[in-house]
Amino acid sequence: MTDPGSALDARMATLWRVESPRMTARLARLVGDLDTAEELAQDTFLAAVEKWRRDGEPDNPAAWLHTTARHLAVDRIRRRDTGRAKYRLAAAGQRHALEHDLGEIVDGDLAEDLLGLIFMACHPILAPDARSALVLKLVCGLQTEDVARAFLAPPATIAQRVVRAKRTLAAAKVRFELPPHGERPARLDAVREVVYLVFNEGYTATSGDRWFREDLCAEALRLGRMLAALTPSDTETLGLLALIELQASRLRARTGPDGEPVLLADQDRSRWDRLLIGRGLALLDRIDALGGTTGPYALQAAIAACHARATTAAVTDWERIAALYDGLARISPSPVVELNRGVAAAQAFGPAAGLEIVLPLFDVPGMDRYHLLPAVAGDLLCRAGDHEQARERFLQAAAMTGNAAERATMQRRASACAAGSCAVARH
Amino acid sequence: MRYMVMHYQTQDMEDGVLPSPERQAAIGEYMQEAAMSGVLLSGEGVASSRQGARVEVTDGAVRVIDGPFAEAKELIAGFAILEVDSLAEAVEHARRFAVLVGSERVDVRRVVEFEDLQPPS
Repeated sequence: MTDPGSALDARMATLWRVESPRMTARLARLVGDLDTAEELAQDTFLAAVEKWRRDGEPDNPAAWLHTTARHLAVDRIRRRDTGRAKYRLAAAGQRHALEHDLGEIVDGDLAEDLLGLIFMACHPILAPDARSALVLKLVCGLQTEDVARAFLAPPATIAQRVVRAKRTLAAAKVRFELPPHGERPARLDAVREVVYLVFNEGYTATSGDRWFREDLCAEALRLGRMLAALTPSDTETLGLLALIELQASRLRARTGPDGEPVLLADQDRSRWDRLLIGRGLALLDRIDALGGTTGPYALQAAIAACHARATTAAVTDWERIAALYDGLARISPSPVVELNRGVAAAQAFGPAAGLEIVLPLFDVPGMDRYHLLPAVAGDLLCRAGDHEQARERFLQAAAMTGNAAERATMQRRASACAAGSCAVARH
Repeated sequence: MRYMVMHYQTQDMEDGVLPSPERQAAIGEYMQEAAMSGVLLSGEGVASSRQGARVEVTDGAVRVIDGPFAEAKELIAGFAILEVDSLAEAVEHARRFAVLVGSERVDVRRVVEFEDLQPPS
């Protein structure tokens, strides 16, 4: 930290993280495209480094940065328009009109700027991994290296992904715009998909440095909170945020001292994050106050809330969870939802009720590669007293999983079944 | 990481003078901005110490003292809990708050989390 240069670098990195999203958003609104917006934001920071190294940092660096960014943008637009005027008849007063428009945009609404940037970065014409890279970089203000580390990819790959995404947008002539209200629900769907994807990338991480992977959860939460603040009456967005707040509340409790996974029923609930649970439950209340929603995120959040409200695993309201899964299976049916619905039904009404839902899943194409299916079936058969069939399912699950610890658990349960018991010592 | 950002009372606030509409608007603007940055987890303001009390324990003897208390500048006026990457980022948000609202002093403190209380392995 003795080198003033590196101190300034660290300083600029912090300012970039805090200020660049709203700066890029406003610039994108002014100039229309992401590439120019990003370039102008970088130019602004370079100008700051040069000036501050000479004159010291101002008391309000954010104000300096945003004023400079605006100057650079207005300058760029004037030059561009002057270029165009060469082959276009410049109407009298056009200059005045430009100044007027710019003034309006410059003083415009920060919320609209950010929302426009998010919509652009999550444009449906982009592939999901391109959307997440763009969003993390532009809306979260992460450096390419951070995005790369989180996705376990080389920085060059991420950089290229971002460049390609911007090129795709430019080729499709996508300019900064707020979609008309009729289109917003579909566009918000695309944004929510990215937020949940980023969250799950971190939450379900099975490889890589856990610390950096969990950073992805933090970024998804930041995005979800941002989005909820920008669209405060969109119940499905609030539902998404409620869902990830509640899931994140268990992050610290779901691994043991040696990093081994701890199942929900066995977690030390005192380690659940009460602040996040409170936020999740408050969001669900707000959804109710807004008239409710039956969207998939809000339903999943309601299920997560049943767990969050239970002070011990034994008092979990499984009947409510089973009913919520019935609803979820109706609006977004999938084999994985069915499997969870089966588990909930078994908890609420006994193993037979669960098996009725779970056993037909063995005939669903693709499920023969999903090791959790035989694992769950084995557990339910075991509890129903059918140890022989249960044993076969556990062995099937053991053969299918790629995870050594999981394989060992499945083999232990198969041996217990052979001895006519469901009980298996938790290590 | 979580940080608690606290700002302090002024004599006016202690005397129950309502914040000017400008100041209220500035605080509202800051809270909105912080929410839009996605970093704000929670935040509250507290009333004059006239409406509060203090519990003091000296050698096991408990004494409850009703407000108001002297030294307004030592009394918290409000706090926000921010979820950020670093102290530097929290400080940046505190600076924004101080500049926008016109506070003389804002403290930034890290919230202790479960891991901090575990003996090093």
